[in-house]
Amino acid sequence: MNDRRIIISDPTLRDGNHAVRHELSVEQIAAYCKAADAAGVSIVEVGHGNGLGASSLQLGEARTPDHLALSTARANLTKSKLGIHVIPGFATIERDLKPALELGVDVVRVASHCTEADICERHIGFARSMGVEVWGCLMMSHMISPALLLEQARKMESYGAEGVVFMDSAGHYLPDDVRQRVELLASELSIAVGFHGHNNLGLAIANTIAAADAGATLLDACARGFGAGAGNTQIEVLVAVLERLGYSTGINLYKILDAADLAEKTLMKEVPTIKSVSVVSGMAGVFSGFMRPVTRIAQEFNLDPRDIFFELGRRKIVAGQEDIILEVAKDLALRATKGNQ
Amino acid sequence: MRKLKVAIIGSGNIGTDLLIKVLRSPLLECKAFIGRNLSSAGMVKASSLGVTVSAEGIDYILKNPDCCDLVFDATSAKSHLEHAPILKKLNKLAIDLTPAKIGLMSVPSVNLTDSLAESNINMITCGGQASIPVAYAIGQTQTDVEYIEVVSSIASRSAGPATRQNLDEYIKTTEDGLKEFSGAKRTKAILNLNPAEPCVDMQATIFAKVKNPDIPKLSEVLLGLVAKIREYVPGYEIILGPIVENDRIVVMARVRGLGDYLPAYAGNLDIINCAAIAMAEEYARALPKTGSDK
Repeated sequence: MNDRRIIISDPTLRDGNHAVRHELSVEQIAAYCKAADAAGVSIVEVGHGNGLGASSLQLGEARTPDHLALSTARANLTKSKLGIHVIPGFATIERDLKPALELGVDVVRVASHCTEADICERHIGFARSMGVEVWGCLMMSHMISPALLLEQARKMESYGAEGVVFMDSAGHYLPDDVRQRVELLASELSIAVGFHGHNNLGLAIANTIAAADAGATLLDACARGFGAGAGNTQIEVLVAVLERLGYSTGINLYKILDAADLAEKTLMKEVPTIKSVSVVSGMAGVFSGFMRPVTRIAQEFNLDPRDIFFELGRRKIVAGQEDIILEVAKDLALRATKGNQ
Repeated sequence: MRKLKVAIIGSGNIGTDLLIKVLRSPLLECKAFIGRNLSSAGMVKASSLGVTVSAEGIDYILKNPDCCDLVFDATSAKSHLEHAPILKKLNKLAIDLTPAKIGLMSVPSVNLTDSLAESNINMITCGGQASIPVAYAIGQTQTDVEYIEVVSSIASRSAGPATRQNLDEYIKTTEDGLKEFSGAKRTKAILNLNPAEPCVDMQATIFAKVKNPDIPKLSEVLLGLVAKIREYVPGYEIILGPIVENDRIVVMARVRGLGDYLPAYAGNLDIINCAAIAMAEEYARALPKTGSDK
């Protein structure tokens, strides 16, 4: 039987912000932190959907500024650690990371696009020097081969990351893809391996379990799957399945079910479902967080959002490049006009 | 016409591309190409072009103070802090391509003449050179510019180790430049690296929050500025906007480089070099016409 301990990191209050245009309030953050803390979740991640310092016109402005979100979470977590997502190029050490650490962050997850780990070196080094726990995250990881992923994960390890999480930011993976990558990383690295799943193709739970079975010990999951687009791996389901499989998570089942009910009632305008356009985004391998802007811009330019997603996928646009949606829409609209002449 | 004698310190990609541009300029003459290692790719290239090379760093200028009138510094912010007082003492003009930001921030299409009065000028950042003219146009034509944000996308291959180590400095310097030239209350700079093959051209998207957007006025001023930029960066074009979308002004610029030492997609590196050359040529034009120097 499994006796491996799984650490669950819960980005409901970070990734979930994508689903509500980054409008989570202080009251909502406080309420969910209390519930997740009571359930025994290892790490609660808080912030703008794209992490620290990412509130912007490009990605959406956050209703609750970083310092307020973090101090609120800090005040409402007793056992759970407080985590943040940090993308170099958006967040800087002086402006964002230092003040966040002063507010009592426990876990810093420094993230880059899957091929760009070396932009994380300074942020990882700084966070380590401040004595907090540091993980590296490789986003949009489906865009590279397992061998290249390993190369980038090794860089994260060499910079001082204590764990490396590869993210299925587009919800594109099948369980075998995940298993293959975890097996390779777990056998070659000396740090913990983690997985962050999205549910565009309905496989978030299956993929996350495949990761655990292959040796991943850090798993990301959100209440009701609250996250961008079709949502993430659903935490209360994951905890239940892991329990049936004999893994230990330290999470109380009833209490995480309560936390999920509370999240549905207090955080969400709608519970994430796999909309048709999310299926396309997963197929096209485009970041799930693009769903809202693509839907809006498709309407403005009188286009089919599915065409925009496939074109973004063809152009290999990465997370953070939301501005390119407008350019692609303009090009597609122009082509459509020419086609009609 | 008398040429302005220049030296380049820093033999990396930026310095070497700059050298090719200097050699093409009818107003500039490269008297020394200075690095730290004679076998580096840049030094080998410079030697092959018949340019005097040195591995002595700033010491070369100290030992040969008459070799040049102007120094392009393409080293690092830290090194420029050491070089600047030395160059000042030797009475050399300095064009700083690092984010050291000691001198006046210069964007040729906007403050060419002001820059001429200074002996040390700073070229801000590549994203700054691409976006500040647009931010300036917004500042000139809109009332109550609450906020300006610039998102640059560059090809991963065009970002060398120094760029990757210095993202924070890039962000800070670009934000300062945007604020200075636009008068916006708040500014933000974001950098995305895209690894797609074939490599993507450098692009910058400028977003602004203003009270009552006046797009016709902005378009008109922008048109004039773009014409000026294209005089020194022919591959600069506005590919979208100005439009108002989702309550923001949006303008997108694309920069194709000249493809000198660096590939054409690296418009980010090209534009800062083209801007530096434009400034140096302006200094050259200001030389006394009756000079007897040879």
